[in-house]
Amino acid sequence: MAIDNETVKRVATLAHLRIEDDKLNATKEEFNKILDFIEQLKEVDTSSVEPMFCVNGGEVPMREDVVTDGNLKEEILKNAPMQEFGYFAVPKVVE
Amino acid sequence: MTYTIKTAQNEWEIVCGLEIHCQIISKSKIFSGASTEFGDDANENVSFIDAGMPGMLPVLNKECVRQAVKTGLGLNAQINKYSVFSRKNYFYADQPNGYQITQYEYPIVGKGKVKIDLSDGSSKEIGITRIHIEQDAAKSIHDLNPKKSYIDFNRAGVGLMEIVTEPDFKSPEEVGAFLKKLRSIVRYLGTCDGNMDEGSMRCDASISVKIKGEQGMRERAEVKNVNSVKFAMQAVENEAKRQVEIYEQGGTIEQQTRQFDQTTGQTKFLRLKEYADDYRYFPEPDLPPLYLSDDYIENIRQEMVELPDAKKERFIKDFGLTAYDAEILTESRQTADFFEKAAKGHEGKKVANWILGDLFASLNANKLTLEQSPVTPEMIGELVDLIETNVISGKIGKDVFVHMWQSKKMPSQIIEEKGLKQVTDTGAIEALIDSVLKENTANVEAYHNGKTNLFGFFVGQVMKVSKGSANPQMVNEILKKKLG
Amino acid sequence: MTDLTKLTIHEALDGLKNKTFSSVELTNAYLNKMALGRKYNAYVLETPELALEQAKASDKRYADGTNRALEGIALGIKDLFCTKGVRSTACSHILDGFVPEYESTVTQNLLENGAVFLGKLNMDEFAMGGSNEHSFYGPVINPYSKEKPLVPGGSSGGSAAAVSADMCAAATGTDTGGSIRQPAAFCGIVGIKPTYGRCSRWGIMAFASSLDQAGPMTKDVKDAALMLKAMAGYDAKDSTSSKLPVPDFEKVLGQDIKGLKIGVPQEYRPDGLNAEIAAYWDKAADMLKSRGAEIVPISLPHTKYALPVYYIIAPAEASSNLARYDGIRYGLRIDGEKLDDLYINTRTEGFGAEVKRRIMIGTYVLSAGYYDAYYLKAQKVRRLIKNDFEEAFKKCDLILTPTSPVSAFEIGDKSMNENPINMYLNDVFTVSVNLAGLPAMSLPIGLDKKGLPLGMQLIGKAFDEETIFKAAYALEQDAGFERK
Repeated sequence: MAIDNETVKRVATLAHLRIEDDKLNATKEEFNKILDFIEQLKEVDTSSVEPMFCVNGGEVPMREDVVTDGNLKEEILKNAPMQEFGYFAVPKVVE
Repeated sequence: MTYTIKTAQNEWEIVCGLEIHCQIISKSKIFSGASTEFGDDANENVSFIDAGMPGMLPVLNKECVRQAVKTGLGLNAQINKYSVFSRKNYFYADQPNGYQITQYEYPIVGKGKVKIDLSDGSSKEIGITRIHIEQDAAKSIHDLNPKKSYIDFNRAGVGLMEIVTEPDFKSPEEVGAFLKKLRSIVRYLGTCDGNMDEGSMRCDASISVKIKGEQGMRERAEVKNVNSVKFAMQAVENEAKRQVEIYEQGGTIEQQTRQFDQTTGQTKFLRLKEYADDYRYFPEPDLPPLYLSDDYIENIRQEMVELPDAKKERFIKDFGLTAYDAEILTESRQTADFFEKAAKGHEGKKVANWILGDLFASLNANKLTLEQSPVTPEMIGELVDLIETNVISGKIGKDVFVHMWQSKKMPSQIIEEKGLKQVTDTGAIEALIDSVLKENTANVEAYHNGKTNLFGFFVGQVMKVSKGSANPQMVNEILKKKLG
Repeated sequence: MTDLTKLTIHEALDGLKNKTFSSVELTNAYLNKMALGRKYNAYVLETPELALEQAKASDKRYADGTNRALEGIALGIKDLFCTKGVRSTACSHILDGFVPEYESTVTQNLLENGAVFLGKLNMDEFAMGGSNEHSFYGPVINPYSKEKPLVPGGSSGGSAAAVSADMCAAATGTDTGGSIRQPAAFCGIVGIKPTYGRCSRWGIMAFASSLDQAGPMTKDVKDAALMLKAMAGYDAKDSTSSKLPVPDFEKVLGQDIKGLKIGVPQEYRPDGLNAEIAAYWDKAADMLKSRGAEIVPISLPHTKYALPVYYIIAPAEASSNLARYDGIRYGLRIDGEKLDDLYINTRTEGFGAEVKRRIMIGTYVLSAGYYDAYYLKAQKVRRLIKNDFEEAFKKCDLILTPTSPVSAFEIGDKSMNENPINMYLNDVFTVSVNLAGLPAMSLPIGLDKKGLPLGMQLIGKAFDEETIFKAAYALEQDAGFERK
């Protein structure tokens, strides 16, 4: 299933990555090589197979509803490239 | 009666479904141990998990699961013993991980139903499609800086229940009735505080219209984040009208997301559904599936409180209340509990009248909640008894209520102190009547000459002399005898 | 005086306990080696002050007899582990200057066992790669390089090179598709990827959550046993962490392997398999046989689909895991006029080519309309792969395969760089183990004609690392591989 430049662009948009126009073709070709490769799976009959999302089985553990975390304002903000008044700052989001 | 939008050409029906996000009541967040406390300093109640720091992993909060199961049972819904967390991938400043942990193919709660009562006395069932649990997003603050938005992660990771209904709503009234009923149920259960204005319960409405009798569905618009019952009703009404207008002018509706404008009551365009809505859901690899046992579900069922519908029916049956009174008294658990405490061992219908009448009027006039009421259920119960046993008259009762409100004293004590006790001693009443008749000989004569409507005058005079304490029924009887 | 850096962990522990040398002396020896070995580019951050401080504390503990399992042993830490107060970047530009305020569980466990940390080790950006050429800090050079610089393998290339060149006693690695075992093989050291769930993933920057596991990279099998014991254990902060107790792996070393059934999968021996590697494989099987083990042919029929499955699942999970790197809360930020510009600028600039390639593939395979054909299909075939192993383990206790189809290749190798698939093929023997969540070790078996080390892989049943250690120890004795 070969993909076109439009698809590459759409995927880049979804992933929030920029692909310059002059790189589109090369990216597409590389993309198609990988897709060709994973395409092999088509030949496996999986009609009666359940997908495996959790490798060692098991069920989700649950914790008690107790406040054990937080009050880390300084630590949370410490690595922020931009912070003001105790908030993370971003370009204006227009609603 | 069916709600339609009539135009010159057509009669249009509304098709509407709701998605309601309810913040789960829990001490800590759904996937971290940070507090859910509201109103603390920005970024104070945030763990490294909530801030989406590298290498952080979610751990599920037991209480959030319990609350969702409780809510599911409250909505008469199927509890799924197997459910799976999924990631919903999208970029937004208030979404620290670039994905939201939610449930997709396998939600914790499946199909259910809720009965709503409508103003014409009819009732209707609204289908619940599912409830899934997920994490809330952070809050963006837009008004502190003209060029920047600020992000506060305090709310990020608070547990949410998303309740999805079937497209069963055919009128704004139904939407309003459902939201009120849902709010009442979650408040009864203690699973969500239901405060729409504070955002702890948020409603998205999916609205389309169709010509009466038309098969299938037309494209719909989703109106996001409506924050009151009234606004939800307005949004549905106005959005439906807008769509009808477009269709009638020969236009089409594209699937889109809209926003409700509180000042105009109208909806406004936000964005078209497009590939930005390709959320690339997949099972959350950091959390194995959630399994619930029959015992677990059964235990929660055993602990369920009586819900408004059941309570309402019981109040009608046990206390002889009207459906209307029972509805109001059961809207909140606090009111219902207050009533039941007051009515215990007393005349229920009378108790209801006092609560819905004098008490609610006084609370409203003083802008107080029931919890802040100076009048207790015990006071109301005793007051009703005192009137029933003729210790005081209903009229004196009104005065006693005012004193109760002011002094927080029991009615019996007030009656004692103010000497309001009704006179029921025949001799004493006879003496009062005799003195009144003696002083009004001219009227007595007129009465005997046929002016029988003077009877009321004599009663009034006797009551006046007794300062309202004479038992009016006895006054009537004795007076009749004396006047022959 | 002997070169202290040549000592294994267990040898060094003897010396420290006997006070033949101090931890400060040992640490200084490594610091000197690191300075001399900078040409290898194994370390991206050296932390000598911190190391010496920790070494001093260890010496004190030896003096007062409170020394712990790895007291005073100097380790290198892969840059994928978050280390409190020490820059952690996953060797990505996008995490420029990120200094975590928390310590990963695995490194915390090591610290609590008395380890000394020398610094952060180079790796393929976000552990994506098999040659360590995809690091923002430049490639690592394999200490076995002769005229032309060779790759150390990847993604834990810095770890493998540092252990091989005695720039640390041992190192932490992580393995998603072979990232511990393949570089261990390329650099002539021992590396074990434990069972999924054995080591906590908390605080390790996630690449593919359902596949990632941390493990030790050491000079010999005994060191791997000691170090894994210290790293592993249940962690309530990781919902996929196993509650099974961690055995004392050291205890099984030297135990008889008589009667042990060693499976040899036919499918791992394609016609084109490098003859030298095939010969060493046979030789390894013979060595085990001569100690009384039984060699059984087994079949893993779906093994040929392991790579395509891996190259769907790993990128899919990665595309989501790496969405948090957005320039808002930490790391690199390339501003933009709008929020979306900020995201796109930061991510386009911050991620390297291989990472972007995988994010793109992962985004694509999860996107609307393709999920079933790719992601869901891959998770189904993944189950078939796991079933294969379960079937095979009915016939045998361990599986023996080569670690990699090649030995170390040149940096900038044309065929590897021309087509990403060629690079991916290097993982052919390792990825199925991650897909099935099993434990596997690579240990050096000998040198090829070029004088480059080759590794053998021993795959065990889930949570049965002990059998791997037992057989590996025997094989190590017989192979007599001489460390560099």
